[in-house]
Amino acid sequence: MTDEPETTKAAPQIATTRRGFLGAGVAAGGALLGAGAARAAGPDPLITEVQPWAQGLGDGVDASPYGLPIRFEGDVVRRNVEWLTADTISSINFTPIHALDGTITPQGCAFERHHSGAIELAKEDYRLMINGLVDTPLIFTYADLERFPRETRTYFLECAANTGMEWAGSQLNGAQFTHGMIHNMDYTGVPLRLLLEEAGVKPEGKWVLVEGADASSNGRSIPLEKAMDDCLVAFKANGEALRKEHGYPVRLCVPGWEGNMWIKWLRRIEVGDQPWEQREETSKYTDTLADGTSRKFTWVMDAKSIVTSPSPQMPIKHGPGPLVITGLAWSGRGAITRVDVTVDGGKTWMPARLAAPGQDMAVSRFYLDHVWDGSEMLVQSRAIDSTGYVQPTKTELRDFRGLNSIYHNNCIQTWWVKANGEAENVEVS
Amino acid sequence: MSKFRKRVIGTLLASSLASGLLATPALAQKIGLGRAALPEEVAAWDHDVRPDGLGLPEGSGDVLTGEELFSESCAVCHGEFAEGVDNWPKLAGGMGTLDRDDPLKTVGSYWPYLSTTWDYVHRSMPFGNAQSLSNDDVYAIVAYILYSNDLVDDDFVLSKETFTEVEMPNAGGFILDDRDTTELPAFIREPCMTECKDSVEITAHATVLDVTPNDTTDDGPVAEVVVATAEEPVPEAAVAEPAPEAAAEPAAETPADTAAADPELVAAGEKVFKKCAACHKVGDGAKNAVGPVLNGIVGRAAGTVEGFKYSKPMLDAGAGGLVWTHDELSAYLADPKGYMPKNKMSFAGLKKDSDLQAVIAYLSTFGQ
Repeated sequence: MTDEPETTKAAPQIATTRRGFLGAGVAAGGALLGAGAARAAGPDPLITEVQPWAQGLGDGVDASPYGLPIRFEGDVVRRNVEWLTADTISSINFTPIHALDGTITPQGCAFERHHSGAIELAKEDYRLMINGLVDTPLIFTYADLERFPRETRTYFLECAANTGMEWAGSQLNGAQFTHGMIHNMDYTGVPLRLLLEEAGVKPEGKWVLVEGADASSNGRSIPLEKAMDDCLVAFKANGEALRKEHGYPVRLCVPGWEGNMWIKWLRRIEVGDQPWEQREETSKYTDTLADGTSRKFTWVMDAKSIVTSPSPQMPIKHGPGPLVITGLAWSGRGAITRVDVTVDGGKTWMPARLAAPGQDMAVSRFYLDHVWDGSEMLVQSRAIDSTGYVQPTKTELRDFRGLNSIYHNNCIQTWWVKANGEAENVEVS
Repeated sequence: MSKFRKRVIGTLLASSLASGLLATPALAQKIGLGRAALPEEVAAWDHDVRPDGLGLPEGSGDVLTGEELFSESCAVCHGEFAEGVDNWPKLAGGMGTLDRDDPLKTVGSYWPYLSTTWDYVHRSMPFGNAQSLSNDDVYAIVAYILYSNDLVDDDFVLSKETFTEVEMPNAGGFILDDRDTTELPAFIREPCMTECKDSVEITAHATVLDVTPNDTTDDGPVAEVVVATAEEPVPEAAVAEPAPEAAAEPAAETPADTAAADPELVAAGEKVFKKCAACHKVGDGAKNAVGPVLNGIVGRAAGTVEGFKYSKPMLDAGAGGLVWTHDELSAYLADPKGYMPKNKMSFAGLKKDSDLQAVIAYLSTFGQ
């Protein structure tokens, strides 16, 4: 990036968050409880002195024809955990959920997972084939897709391995790393149903195989019912073209189901009468239980939530007093109807406020407007969805699945927030 | 406006309101977009193979042929005996470990269907050079993977005909998602709000393992101790299967040796280079891939291909003046890890001097 040096320049400012917040917290702390606004020790030079930005001129239009976040936000980026994989070409990184608010994930920081790297496939070179048990095998171009009736809907995409590193114990220290294999975007595309109807599914067709155009040609079997229900062949996200790393020009959305099924660079849909048992639905994305048997076709992502702040990457810097506890909740089975938050490790729960009514298979933002007394907290959140499913604890999940499971870990997460405002990923009894 | 029209509009409005305005229209007839796919086109893309063998092409391959092919095309990442290199997937072993701590999931111990192996090797391997294997090659490589898992003898020939005779040890090890009947009854419940527990103790700390990437800002108050046994919880997804990293770095010492190169040696080198091609590209328009582009490698300073993220040892070596002369390249390619510990290239090395000479001759034909 061209402004890297500037980002670096801004870094000391960020660094002080960690070193400096202790002192700041203590200074601010005393004044708060019960008091109204704190009293200033003296006039603030940022107010009393004329600042350069109030005097000179800023950038003209077109300084950045496609804008990037201001340099002060240079640390709000996807991050990789290098030891997880042998190589970045077939790997995953994490959305900086700790630093975001609202519900929509900007494409530029939405996590990536590739099996053979993010390829460049131009719209002009794009072809989508439908074959198998259909009346007429068809080929669509990108321009064809644009002529079908389309839909715009918001959906979350969660990798089945999100939080997978936490099964055996607390491991990664930050919401980005424990829960960042998720993003939530506003997709525009053509219902898969319309494309299948165009080809004419034969009565014996019960499954579809969806396959990507990259070298991994990632393939997954999807029951026809789901394919005809809400799957979307998407070409826009958050209003603009998909990013290369998310499958430009066309990806599949499989609402509420594990991210691996959301085939990127979608090139082929085959109708068949049985599942294909592809690598990604047998050797991977299956859940091995304590007795050694494994569940397969565990497609739906259960209700889950995470407090994004405070969290290890988002320590409390302001001392006791008003504190916004916020986070994300989602469910593959329906809409989020409620999120509860505890600060005592689950002895007592308080209903949080949803920023907006929950939508099916989309992320909800929650807030708890808390008054922190400055003592340590064990902060958790608990999602409840429209089916009445209540997000379980890690112990409850382990009771069903044992310790060797990896995928589909939707357990309640605990952050130990210390009196100095720092937070750590812990497990509690 | 006539009464009739009003009524139609009223009905339309009511029905669109009832449908929530969200659904796309239910279309009575086809729209007429797209065109019929030609049989050749379907054949070119429809490669999938099902557990019952549907989709398998004619062909066959034996274990010994497979061993050679595997050594050439797969062992870089998966090891000569399919035992896996570094974080790359292990394809053999692990029998009987699925109910133990840290089970080893391989083709032999875990994969329920042989078709999955055939299909995956055929469509996605070798990493960085997918769909380059002939059907017979795939049969042979899969035969070798079976052999490396002690599932067939060394005289076994895998073919479309023998395919369904092979039974995978974990074929019966899977159940369909049963959360609806096991977990949901427990988790669809009235949540407790007060006095839910008597006491709460912290039972585990993430900071015990120093495995969280450091903030750019530094000093995370985070981790302290160290343990980090690469942990098991590796997410799998994550864990997956990547490839070797990079490799050598271009250098080109005598960029100009080109002219002098012996055509036969160059031709032999082109063959040897297939071992490298999964990660390295050369020629017109070649770009960095898993490894850096190798145009102009012979004679080039180490670690200097633009846009490639080298290992620290490689960068240090380049900064220290290492140039990929014929001799340096030769030493490096004979034993990459020994020559430069901790560099990214996970390649075992070329054992035969004739291969070394040939591949360097081949590489010297590519200038910058």
